[in-house]
Amino acid sequence: MIHMTAKLSKNVRSNAITYGIVLVFYAVVQILLATGNLSSLMRGLLVPLCMYAILAVSLNLTVGILGELSLGHAGFMCVGAFASAFFSKYMAETGMPAGIRFVAAILIGALMAGIFGILIGIPVLRLKGDYLAIVTLAFGEIIKNVMNVLFIGKDSDGLHFSMNSAVDLHLKEGGTVIVNGPQGITGTPNQSTFTIGIILLLITLFIVLNLIQSRDGRAIMAIRDNRIAAESVGINITKYKLMAFSISAALAGVAGVLYAHNLSTLIAQPKNFGYNMSIMILVYVVLGGIGNIRGSMIAAVILTLLPELLRGLNDYRMLIYAIVLIVMMIVNWNPTCKAFREKYSFRNIKARMKTAKEVR
Amino acid sequence: MGTMSFLSYLINGISLGSVYAIIALGYTMVYGIAKMLNFAHGDVIMIGSYVVLTAMTSYGMNPLLAVGIAVIFCTLLGILIEKLAYKPLRNAGSPLAVLITAIGVSYLLQNIALLIFGANMKSFQSVIGTKQIPLLGGDLLVSMTTIVTILSCVIIMLVLTAFIKRTKAGQAMLAVSEDQGAARLMGINVNGTISLTFAIGSGLAAIAGVLLCSAYPSLTPYTGAMPGIKAFVAAVFGGIGSIPGAFIGGILLGVIEILSKAYISTQLSDAIVFAVLIVVLLVKPTGILGKNIQEKV
Repeated sequence: MIHMTAKLSKNVRSNAITYGIVLVFYAVVQILLATGNLSSLMRGLLVPLCMYAILAVSLNLTVGILGELSLGHAGFMCVGAFASAFFSKYMAETGMPAGIRFVAAILIGALMAGIFGILIGIPVLRLKGDYLAIVTLAFGEIIKNVMNVLFIGKDSDGLHFSMNSAVDLHLKEGGTVIVNGPQGITGTPNQSTFTIGIILLLITLFIVLNLIQSRDGRAIMAIRDNRIAAESVGINITKYKLMAFSISAALAGVAGVLYAHNLSTLIAQPKNFGYNMSIMILVYVVLGGIGNIRGSMIAAVILTLLPELLRGLNDYRMLIYAIVLIVMMIVNWNPTCKAFREKYSFRNIKARMKTAKEVR
Repeated sequence: MGTMSFLSYLINGISLGSVYAIIALGYTMVYGIAKMLNFAHGDVIMIGSYVVLTAMTSYGMNPLLAVGIAVIFCTLLGILIEKLAYKPLRNAGSPLAVLITAIGVSYLLQNIALLIFGANMKSFQSVIGTKQIPLLGGDLLVSMTTIVTILSCVIIMLVLTAFIKRTKAGQAMLAVSEDQGAARLMGINVNGTISLTFAIGSGLAAIAGVLLCSAYPSLTPYTGAMPGIKAFVAAVFGGIGSIPGAFIGGILLGVIEILSKAYISTQLSDAIVFAVLIVVLLVKPTGILGKNIQEKV
């Protein structure tokens, strides 16, 4: 029993540190903002920082906790972004208060991405390993591609859909095109702020950390560690896999909402919703530590800031970024480097000194 | 005329598919042996194309010589990448770590090309020539590039299959892909075999790059990324790790892509390719020619 409470408090402490880091970061940024010490470039990065952190934390749920490699995370973000931007634009004229509309947009973005997570998860989660990875990549690309040919317009008759062109919508007089194929959605209200981003990040952390430390979370991790063993003790594999996958998707959708409401034009491009983006998020997760929620969040922030901090180096910055990435991976994972780090880590040196003292 | 245009699309599809197949061979061989997805493979294609372009335009070399230099360059590049970036992580116990490193290498190659050649599109002068050859009594015009591409793919497939079946090094590759530990105990030089695989894969990537750029003559530092991903899809399609699988997967992918571009929608062609992949994998989860490995407790 004593052991149990000790473990519980360890979790609580670890969670408190994670939330604390976010709050301290928020406070520091607020102070820098108030004293005017933040360049406009950095100010522009604040919302993306929250967005990437949410994406990294949510993908870590799939990759680290569920143990399935997903390369289509940007697809769910795309769904969330388009669903919420569509909602915000559709509701813009109804006179709904902006605050309530934004909250509803966030919920709709999360819900739609979550539904897509379930729809895609049902077939995809039957596959394993690299096959699952490639199918998620394929789904991400399909979502991006379809968004580029989708036209939705609104007039007095209601909504019109087309996969060809805006003219094919046959809108009546006074009708507006909301989703304009390759031109995407323009004029989404810019409602994402750093504060909202931080709140959403905290909610994301709360959901993911609580899930991991719950009975459901332990079931999910049991599946990750040994599927057959988990199945034989009566864990419903499909249910828990889908649960983790769809929650992860829904949270990516939230990041998408943040993204959509940070820009006035939302276009599905390879750059923002293609597999490159999914891979970028995966880089955060792996570099921050697979299954380590706090680590992935920090890695997302550092890796987003790194190219900006290297901006002075102009053309060389992405080159240096690539080299840093490779070197970091090798230092982190190479068995020799690992052994070296463990031997000379602060904690181990302390422990060794302690035992040396005891021996004496 | 409908049949003729269909035939011409089909031949174009097979030609594009041949390029995918050659790239997919590199993916599949490396996967079979090192059990890693070499995401930088697509960028080796791009580097190879730049080498050919530079050799031809700046040094006025004969096209065949230029291709030869590109193949040698990419072979060395492949070995170098393997030694510097992938080998230190081979025993790390995490396939994801190697995957991310491969992504890092991909960024690195793209940015090196960006620094040296700039972001502007370079027009690639076809190595093969633009001659059109009339077939079926002149109703069907097929470019020389298309024919050379298909022929090269078939030759490469035959040579590679013979190499793996008939030579000691090829048998060593099979052994290493089957069981690395056992292969080492049998006295096979595992490191050397893995290097050889990377060398062959990267050399093939250079050829694929030349063929790709001869058919679609525009070259940027990002040229390799999308064909790389598609070839990866082709490899999975055919059953990753299987060489005939890569061939079949590549050809099918090319044909589906060109036909859907021609008959359904240009913008949706990629989506259709990926959708077909998903359907295939759901019906046959290890690809068309993939081995079905039963999980043991």
